[in-house]
Amino acid sequence: MLSYTLKRLLMAIPTLLIVITISFFLMRVAPGGPFDGERQLPPEIEANLKAAYHLDEPLPMQYLRYMGNLLEGDFGPSFKYKDFSVTELIMQGFPVSLEIGGLAILLALLVGLPLGIAAAIRRNSTVDYLVMGTALTGIAVPNFVIAPIFALVFGVLLAWLPAGGWNGGAWPNLVLPVVALSIQQIAYIARMMRASMIETLGSHFIRTARAKGLSETEVIWRHAIRPAMLPVVSYLGPAIAGIITGSVVIEQIFGIPGIGRYFVQGALNRDYTLVMGTVVFYGVLIVLMNLIVDLLYSALDPQIRYDD
Amino acid sequence: MPLPALPRGLYAISALTLAMGSLAAPAQADTLNIGVQGELASFDTSQVSGGVWESQVLMDVFEGLVVQSPTGELLPGMATSWQVSDDGRTYTFHMRDDAKWSDGEPVTAEDFVFGWQHLLAPKNASKYAYMLYPIANAEAINTGKQPTDSLGAKSLDGGKTLEVTLDHPTPYFLQLLTHYTAYPVPKHLVDEYGRDWVDLDHIATNGAFHPVQWVSQSRISVEKSPTYYAADEVALDGVNYYTVEDRNAGISRFRAGELDVLADYPSSRYQWLKENLPKATHMSPMLGSYYYVLNHRDGHPTTDKRVREALNLAIRRNVISQQIMAGSFKASTGLVPPGTNHYQAQHMDLGSDDMNARMAKAKALLEEAGYGPDHPLTLRLRYNTSDEHKKIAIAVAAMWKPLGVDVQMINSEATVHYQTIAQGDFDVARAGWIADYNDAENFLALLHTGVGNNYGAYSNPAYDKLMDQAAQTLDLDAREKLLEQAEDLALNDYALVPLLTYVTRNLVNPDLQGWEDNVEDDHPSRWVSFKD
Repeated sequence: MLSYTLKRLLMAIPTLLIVITISFFLMRVAPGGPFDGERQLPPEIEANLKAAYHLDEPLPMQYLRYMGNLLEGDFGPSFKYKDFSVTELIMQGFPVSLEIGGLAILLALLVGLPLGIAAAIRRNSTVDYLVMGTALTGIAVPNFVIAPIFALVFGVLLAWLPAGGWNGGAWPNLVLPVVALSIQQIAYIARMMRASMIETLGSHFIRTARAKGLSETEVIWRHAIRPAMLPVVSYLGPAIAGIITGSVVIEQIFGIPGIGRYFVQGALNRDYTLVMGTVVFYGVLIVLMNLIVDLLYSALDPQIRYDD
Repeated sequence: MPLPALPRGLYAISALTLAMGSLAAPAQADTLNIGVQGELASFDTSQVSGGVWESQVLMDVFEGLVVQSPTGELLPGMATSWQVSDDGRTYTFHMRDDAKWSDGEPVTAEDFVFGWQHLLAPKNASKYAYMLYPIANAEAINTGKQPTDSLGAKSLDGGKTLEVTLDHPTPYFLQLLTHYTAYPVPKHLVDEYGRDWVDLDHIATNGAFHPVQWVSQSRISVEKSPTYYAADEVALDGVNYYTVEDRNAGISRFRAGELDVLADYPSSRYQWLKENLPKATHMSPMLGSYYYVLNHRDGHPTTDKRVREALNLAIRRNVISQQIMAGSFKASTGLVPPGTNHYQAQHMDLGSDDMNARMAKAKALLEEAGYGPDHPLTLRLRYNTSDEHKKIAIAVAAMWKPLGVDVQMINSEATVHYQTIAQGDFDVARAGWIADYNDAENFLALLHTGVGNNYGAYSNPAYDKLMDQAAQTLDLDAREKLLEQAEDLALNDYALVPLLTYVTRNLVNPDLQGWEDNVEDDHPSRWVSFKD
C-alpha cells in the first residue's frame, strides 16, 4: 500500500510537468498581455513594466526562470494584486474554498446518498419519481440561477441570513453558499447512487445473501451499500477538486474570497503567474484526490488490492 | 504581505458571537459599508492598476496637496495655500503644519518629492506614471534618461514648502494633484522597510482613515486616523470596502442592509431600482464618453469623410440612450462630456432632427462615395464582450442597415479587444474614456496625432496645431476657445462616432449625509455621516 502510494506520487511528477509546460506556453500564446487595457501605455512605461516582470526576455528563458522559481516553491508575484504574492493569494483563498466546498460535498453526501438509496429500494414508486424528478431539476437549474434566488429570498425578502459576504467564515454567511453549491451535487449523487444501488441489488451476491435468509435491511446495509458506493466515490475525487477550485459563480455572487475566481480573473487579466499558480495547485489537488479515491476503493471493495 | 486574516480558532469565536447577535447583523451605525466593483491592486500608489474602485479606497486613506469637496470643488489639503508664477510654470505650496502620518510622523514636502520620484522611477514600473509628466524632467526620469533627483519638485524650508516646476504651463495641474499618482509616500517607512512598507503592520497613511485589515477579494477595512488634522470633523469611525463583482448580487446585499453604498449598479436594473428604491437610486452625469472609433488608416472605407458623415447621420442616439439603455446613459454628439471645467460642450452637426431627411442625406453621401446595392459597404465592428456593448452594437448595426451597410460584428474580451484595435485591425470599434482629471484636454488628446489612445490613428494637422497652441496658453478663457475650436474641427470632420455620455450609477443609503453626486463620481468618506 505504501509503495503503491509512493509510486503514484512519483508518477504524478511528469504529469504535473506536462501540465505546467502546456499551460505556460498556452497562456503566452493567448492574444493580449497583462498590460493591455483600455488605456494604451506610453511605450517607455510598457518597457519598464515588461522589464520589471522579465517579460522582455526570450520565452524559453522565461520558462526556465519560472520552473527554477517553482522548484524553490516560489509562484512569483501577482501581476495584478501587487501587495500579494501568488502563494499568499492561494493560501488565503484555499482554506475558504476548502471550507465552502468541503461542507457542500458533505451536505451533498448526507442528503444525496439516502435519497438515492431510498429511490433504489422503492424503485418506480412515488418516492422514486419524486426523488428523481427533484434531482433532475437540481441538475438542470444552474448555480447562477439558484444563488441569486437564494440571496433574494433568504437575504432580502425574509432577511434570515446575510445576502452575501464572508465575515471571517461566520456560519450565517456559510449557509446560503454551501446549500447553493451542494444542490447540483446532491442531485448527481442521488442519481448515481440510485443507479448503482439498483445494479448491485440485482447481482449474484445479493441473491445469495437473500437466499441465506437475511432480512432485506441486513442485505442492504451489510452487503449492498458498500459496493454500490464505488461509482460515487470515484466521482467524488474530481468533484471535490472541482468544487474547491471551480465555484467561481458562487464565490462571485456571495462575495466569498475563495480561489475559484483567481482562475477566471487571472486568465482574463493575463495575470500569468496567478493562472500558473492556480493551475499547479489544481493539478496537485486532482492528483491527490484521485489517489485518495483509489485507496478508498480497496477499503470498499475487497477485490481491489494494491499490493505489488 | 502577511495575511491579516484571523487564525481559524478566532473565526469560530467570531462566528459564535455573531450567531448570538442577529443573523443579518446591521453594521455599527458609524461604520460605512461600501460595495466596490473590484479590488485594490496595492496601497502603493505607484502600483495601482487604474480601476475606478481603487481611487475610492486610496482617496480615503491618503491625501494630496489639494482635496475635493463632496461636490468635487478643490479645497486645500496637505497644502494650506499656494502661489502660481506669472508664466504658469512654478507652483509654490505651503505645507500644513499639523499634517501627520498615521504613525505620528509629520508629513513634509519631502514626502511629496519622494512619492513622485518613487512613481517615476523606471524600476517601479508604474502604469500611471505619465500622469505626472507635466512636471519638469518627469518624462525623462521615467524613461531612464535622467536621475530621479532631477525632478522639478523641491522641498524647501525644511519640508515646509514645496516648489514644483512644470515642463510647460498646465492649467489643470491642481486638478491633477487630486489624482492618486500625486499623493505623498511616507519616506521614513520606505527607507526602513523597502517594498514592504505597504504591509499592514508597517503602513502609515496621511488621510482621514488608515487601513487595518485586508482580506483579499473580500474586504478592506479602514479606521479613522486620530492623527488626521481634521479628525474632529470626520464623523465615521471606519469604512469597509467590499469587493462586489456580481453587481446584481450587490443590489441584493444593498437591499439586505449589508451595504450603505453600492458603486455602479447594472444599467438594466435602473428602471426597477428607480421604481422600488427611489430614494436610494442615484444617477447623474459623469465625465465619461462612450464612442465608436473610426479607422483612419489607409485602406479602410472610413477614411472617406462622406462615409463617416453618413454613419453618424444614421444613428438615433436618443433611441439608444432611452430605449435600449433604459435611460442609463445620456445621448451625446460630442467627445468632451458636458460638465467639464471651463468648457462648453460641442456638438456634431447632424443637420435636421428629422430622421427621414437625415437618412436620405446619408444614403446620398454613401452613393456619392461609390457604395450602393451592387457594391455594398461592409464594415467590421469590434466591441469588447459585455451585454451593454452588445446591445448597443446590435442597435447601431440595425440603424446602419437601411443604408445598405453590411456590419460584421466581432466581439472579444477586453484585453484582446484593445490590443487588436491598437493594431488597427477594425473599421469601427467601441471605446470609452473616463476622465483622469476634470479637463477637456484629457478627452481631446484622444484625437491627437501619434497618441497611444488614438485608436483610429486620426491625424489632422489643423487639430494638432490648435491643441499645441492650447497647451501653451495660460489664459483660461483663451485656452477654452482653442480647445473648443479643436473639438469642433474634429466633429465636423466626423473623426469618430460620439454616442453616449456615461452617468454615475450608485445606490446610496438615504440616511447618509455628505454624499453628493458629482461629475467625477468621487466620494471621499471624510465628508460622509449618518443622519441621527
